[in-house]
Amino acid sequence: MYRSLLFFVIIIILLAGCSGSGSSVDNPSQQIKIIENKGSDTIVNLALAWAEEYQVIDPSVHLSVTGGGSGTGIAALINGTVDIANASRKIKSEERETALENGSDPVEFVIARDAIAIIVNLNNPVDHLTLEQISAIYSGKINNWKDVGGEDRTIVRLSRETNSGTHVYFLDVVIRLGDDENKTLFSQNTLLLPSSEGIGAEIRQNPNAIGYDGLGYVTDEMKVIGVASSSDHPFIFPSAETVNNGQYPIARDLYMYSNGEPEGFIKDYLDWILSPDAQKIVTELGFVPIIK
Amino acid sequence: MISKQKIGIHPKPPKREFLITALIKAAGYSAIIFVGMIFLFLLVESIPALKEIEFSNLLSSRWYPIEDLYGILPLIGGSLIITIGATMIAVPFGVGTAIYLSEIAPRWLRETLKPLVEILGGLPSVVLGFLGMLILSPYLRIWLDLPTGLSALAGAILLGGIAIPTVVSISEDALDAVPKSYRDASLAMGATEWQTIWRVTLPAARSGVLTAVMLGIGRAIGETMTVMMVTGNAPILPTGIKDLFSPVRTMTATIAAEMGEVANSSTHYHVLFLIGIILFLISLVVNVTASAVVFRQKKSQERILS
Repeated sequence: MYRSLLFFVIIIILLAGCSGSGSSVDNPSQQIKIIENKGSDTIVNLALAWAEEYQVIDPSVHLSVTGGGSGTGIAALINGTVDIANASRKIKSEERETALENGSDPVEFVIARDAIAIIVNLNNPVDHLTLEQISAIYSGKINNWKDVGGEDRTIVRLSRETNSGTHVYFLDVVIRLGDDENKTLFSQNTLLLPSSEGIGAEIRQNPNAIGYDGLGYVTDEMKVIGVASSSDHPFIFPSAETVNNGQYPIARDLYMYSNGEPEGFIKDYLDWILSPDAQKIVTELGFVPIIK
Repeated sequence: MISKQKIGIHPKPPKREFLITALIKAAGYSAIIFVGMIFLFLLVESIPALKEIEFSNLLSSRWYPIEDLYGILPLIGGSLIITIGATMIAVPFGVGTAIYLSEIAPRWLRETLKPLVEILGGLPSVVLGFLGMLILSPYLRIWLDLPTGLSALAGAILLGGIAIPTVVSISEDALDAVPKSYRDASLAMGATEWQTIWRVTLPAARSGVLTAVMLGIGRAIGETMTVMMVTGNAPILPTGIKDLFSPVRTMTATIAAEMGEVANSSTHYHVLFLIGIILFLISLVVNVTASAVVFRQKKSQERILS
């Protein structure tokens, strides 16, 4: 009886000693570093790829990446719930004012670029189009390839679904030519395909088709059209150079915003994103890397 | 004691039998309760759409939700034209195959073919959609000289293919259930084999064949993945038979493509539920019509027999 009680007491003492010594060694050295990252759905896959890669480089930093849209990300940054906001557009002046009122000062980083290539079938003789022509094609004003210097064929317009960020960007910048007052819509018989592969498959086999997609999705089996911002400008083909020097007209910058000038491990992360290693991932995901 | 229970007019059932009865009853009612609850859920989620959107907008012919244009007529028209096309393909092929299997084919052939047809019914629709996108639609474009093969016709052909196994399997069972004495009597009266099939066997099995057709239509109208991949999804209001050759957008494809990205409780979200309820009501009408027709036929048959 006494012996078993003694044994029990000894065990308890040993256990207590164990946990006591363990916690006193671990706690001070292990600092939890968490970066909350939220925003644009266009960027979310890129941000996730970066976060995964960075986990290998610095395992002590934990990144949590979520989408929701550029506006959602910036709102979260203003409310102080995230450390970095992703945005596929520049922060609006109203948003910056609200941020300053709430005591945060968003600092902008251009982290990658996104270019949209206009693609047609390899057998289509058309090489160049101006933005106005593309707008007229997609809004239904031009319906035959012969009106833009091609063969006598009906134009079949291909687009991504309305939920794609690329669809909205194309509507604003190409169809409405960047004019906020312009309320032109996609022609009603534009085919809305659920995937890049759907667009690619149709472009490869149909000489009537015209489509658009991120530069990274273009393969050798499609023809990329040179685009001019207006008829007195030169026709430019999309590439890393023409996108980076601003010549190609259908391209946009992708941003990250930090709350104030970044410090410590957040600064380390943003510096790494702009490094050549991280920019290699940009190319792999179909965006255009930043060339300094 | 034992014999008394055997011959008793109303023996008291044992307790566990009561339990089993209750379980079976609950299972039977649960289907009704589930359907009722789904309908209620759809109704609650879709009513705000009717309040937020003007009727003239809802009944317009332009569907472009990101600019608040919610015309649902092109979507209803798209689903209907594809379903009608699929039915026109599935009924002759399906019933024809069923007649061949049940009445004409030798026993060994029938026992090989029927399982094969049923395997066809188990093909994942995304696989069919992929074949349609890469093979069927390019050939349709070349053969029929269309601007694009991604059209209502491509959707109707594939949906017809999806519905055929259902139609074959159930019609064949119905034809098989027709008593042999019917055929014997017909043949003994001097009718040819074809006359027997067309005038005696098929009419005798018509309620089963009709059920098969209705189930096939139900399968076609609810199909999503295949139509999303091959119909081009352009919301054009079909106005005639020529629109079978142009792209269309169905209700199912719209819900599937847009539900993933829509903001919870937005107008767009509620409209998608409204489309869901319209789809639900169309299936309901198809089923109720089928039951009503079958019921009336049974009654008239009973009258003839009595």
